[in-house]
Amino acid sequence: MCFTISLDYNQFRTLEKMLYLLPLIFKNTLRSKRRSILTILSVTMSFTLLGVLFAMYNALFFSDPTPSQALRLITRNRISLTVAMPAAYKQKIKAVPGVRDVNILQWYGGQYKDQTADRRNNFARFAVEPEDFFKVQTDLVLPADQKQAFLKERTACIVGRSLADKLGFKVGDHIILKGDIFPGVMELTLRGIFDEPNNGDSLYFNLEYLQQSLPATRRNFAGMFSILANSKEDVSSVQRAVDEMFKNAPAQTRTETEAAFALSFVSFLGNVKVFLLAICAAVTFTILLVSANTMAMSVRERVREVGVMKTLGFTNGNILTIILGEAVVLSVIGAFLGCLVATVLAAGVAANAGGYIAQLRNLTLTPPTIAFILAFSVLIALVSSFAPALSAARTNILDTLKYSG
Amino acid sequence: MAIPLSYNIRNLVVRRTATLMTTLGVGLTVAVLLSVLALVQGLNSAFEATGDPLNILAMRKGATAELNSNFTRLMFQDLKFKAGIARDGNEPMASLEMVTIVNLTSVDIPDGMNITLRGLPPVGIRMRQQVHLSQGRWFETGKREIVVGKSIASRFPDARLGGKLKFARGEWEIVGIMDGGRSAVNSEIFADLNQVSSDYNRSDVVSSCLIRATDQVAAQALINDLNADQKLNVVAQTEKAYYAAQTVSAAPLKFLGLFISIVMAVGSCFAAMNTMYAAVSRRAKEIGTLRVLGFSRSSILTSFFFESILLSLLGGILGCILVLPINNLETGIGNFVTFSEISFNFQVTPTSMAIGIAFALFLGALGGFFPARNAANKEILTALREV
Repeated sequence: MCFTISLDYNQFRTLEKMLYLLPLIFKNTLRSKRRSILTILSVTMSFTLLGVLFAMYNALFFSDPTPSQALRLITRNRISLTVAMPAAYKQKIKAVPGVRDVNILQWYGGQYKDQTADRRNNFARFAVEPEDFFKVQTDLVLPADQKQAFLKERTACIVGRSLADKLGFKVGDHIILKGDIFPGVMELTLRGIFDEPNNGDSLYFNLEYLQQSLPATRRNFAGMFSILANSKEDVSSVQRAVDEMFKNAPAQTRTETEAAFALSFVSFLGNVKVFLLAICAAVTFTILLVSANTMAMSVRERVREVGVMKTLGFTNGNILTIILGEAVVLSVIGAFLGCLVATVLAAGVAANAGGYIAQLRNLTLTPPTIAFILAFSVLIALVSSFAPALSAARTNILDTLKYSG
Repeated sequence: MAIPLSYNIRNLVVRRTATLMTTLGVGLTVAVLLSVLALVQGLNSAFEATGDPLNILAMRKGATAELNSNFTRLMFQDLKFKAGIARDGNEPMASLEMVTIVNLTSVDIPDGMNITLRGLPPVGIRMRQQVHLSQGRWFETGKREIVVGKSIASRFPDARLGGKLKFARGEWEIVGIMDGGRSAVNSEIFADLNQVSSDYNRSDVVSSCLIRATDQVAAQALINDLNADQKLNVVAQTEKAYYAAQTVSAAPLKFLGLFISIVMAVGSCFAAMNTMYAAVSRRAKEIGTLRVLGFSRSSILTSFFFESILLSLLGGILGCILVLPINNLETGIGNFVTFSEISFNFQVTPTSMAIGIAFALFLGALGGFFPARNAANKEILTALREV
């Protein structure tokens, strides 16, 4: 009992001593304002990069699917996304236990205006079965009258809010798509603008309209099936059951969660994980160098002063704390500014993210990421300044007083 | 009078910790820039090396890639009798082709990689003069035989000579391995057109047509002729132009890489400035002495400026050395135009190294100018009195 109290008391004393040194630490950072500012700016740049890269890593590999997205699966042809499956698979998939609803999702491709002149004209276009589409896309928000119009009118189409904003679509607009994979031209009328958390950049139109424009031999095919499972527990069993069912069929399938399906486009950019980690390592190393260099300069400048302080009774521990503290203050300020700049940049990236990598549209620095970066900055400061700080703390008083800059 | 260069060099040696750290900082920045350049350069050269200026690719109007183009045998019959097509014996050199994607898996890549499968007639091989066999033989018509590109052979253990790959309606035997130099063909699989199209149920509607013009002038005339033909309804371009347009696949990585390089560059510029300011303030007495000896303000300015440039030059050279190990490293990237994978080698070229060093020198100049001016503006007496 007594022991614990004395320990607490000691801890308290240490803390009090450190607080006592705080004004000295801040004063020291102001000693050479130019150097501190340059260091902070340099470190800020590096932390900006770390912030953006961490946010990307987070968005690509750790982002949680929204509740309804977590229930959705995508089935496609095992050979490739570009090879179709018989549309009759739909009824078979629907009969799998745990499946609530199935919708055919047919990638249309095609051309809307000149997409080489303006890349925004290249957006995702899918033909769907309207009724089943709404059943599967449970998180899609569309006013009731617009929904009715899409259900009733064969040539109707709906687009996501962000796409409508980008291209200035209004309800009632005519949108004409020239086919490339499919023959013919789709003359669509925009009947609704929907809000959906994951995908606001797509256009959906009626599969029936597409089917009617096709020769009989090409009608009964489906590019993808979008499946809604009954519950989270059913997702993995549905995934296995569907692929198992078509194992010996002419067109074998591959079923994965919607999030995993989206991630397969990211793997398209090569080994993104290694790329991001390598850059993060290079950036971290740069911060270490800058910080260590600054602290070495700062220590060299005040060898004599350290001697005087020691003469006045400052312990080796005090000196160590003061110098480490200075490095931490500079680094944390840099990290904080870096997070601010990174937040702005991330918002910029999110606004301009390409059509294929939808995850980047939600790019932000989450509070845990910011906390991690701030903690990381403390660690970097301690590591980088430990050597100069220790050498300063250990020097002999007489040597320091003899030292002449 | 100029201050001798050896003064600067000795200074860099004396303050070796600061020199080393600053050099490393600049070096890393240059290395990141160079690796991005090497990636883009490698990818571009893979696309640029593909295609022959005399070969013309025709796809259905509206299609941007062979993969989403539809080309009927009927169109082919009309097309192959156009004027200006080179002849191979009695037959026109026109190759009707079907392009699709197969997903190959390996132990390293359990999710599989999308690979372009191209079905073509024998004449199509003769038209691709840059492609030759490195092992085995070409496929025979009417059999499930394939020839794989050398990058595929090296990346997928199953894709070895004599091995079998399973896709479409059966197993395909690998009878040869082809080498397309640096071109995108290295990431493709070739097979017989009729076998592929019947396996995929696409006997009538295939993907595209490649024709060979007799000469450059005929090529242009043929392109104009095809594009203007309303009945055919095709879009024609040289094979070279088609592949050159696919370099957009590197755009996201290029953008990310350049963004990172620029932000890192700004950071190391500040760091270099810091080092140079410290150098100036530590050598205040020396500067005073130099001035007393008769060196002018401008020679002090030049000297410090030069020292900063020297420092960054070291960084630039270090960056080039750091990036050398990735030269020729093979990697793959998804091609958003063909939805399949293309392999290429990182290429660190002398030009990109020169760009890297120029970049470093620019950093050094930017970071050295203000400290050097600061040094030059010191008053002799105050400089001599500074500690």
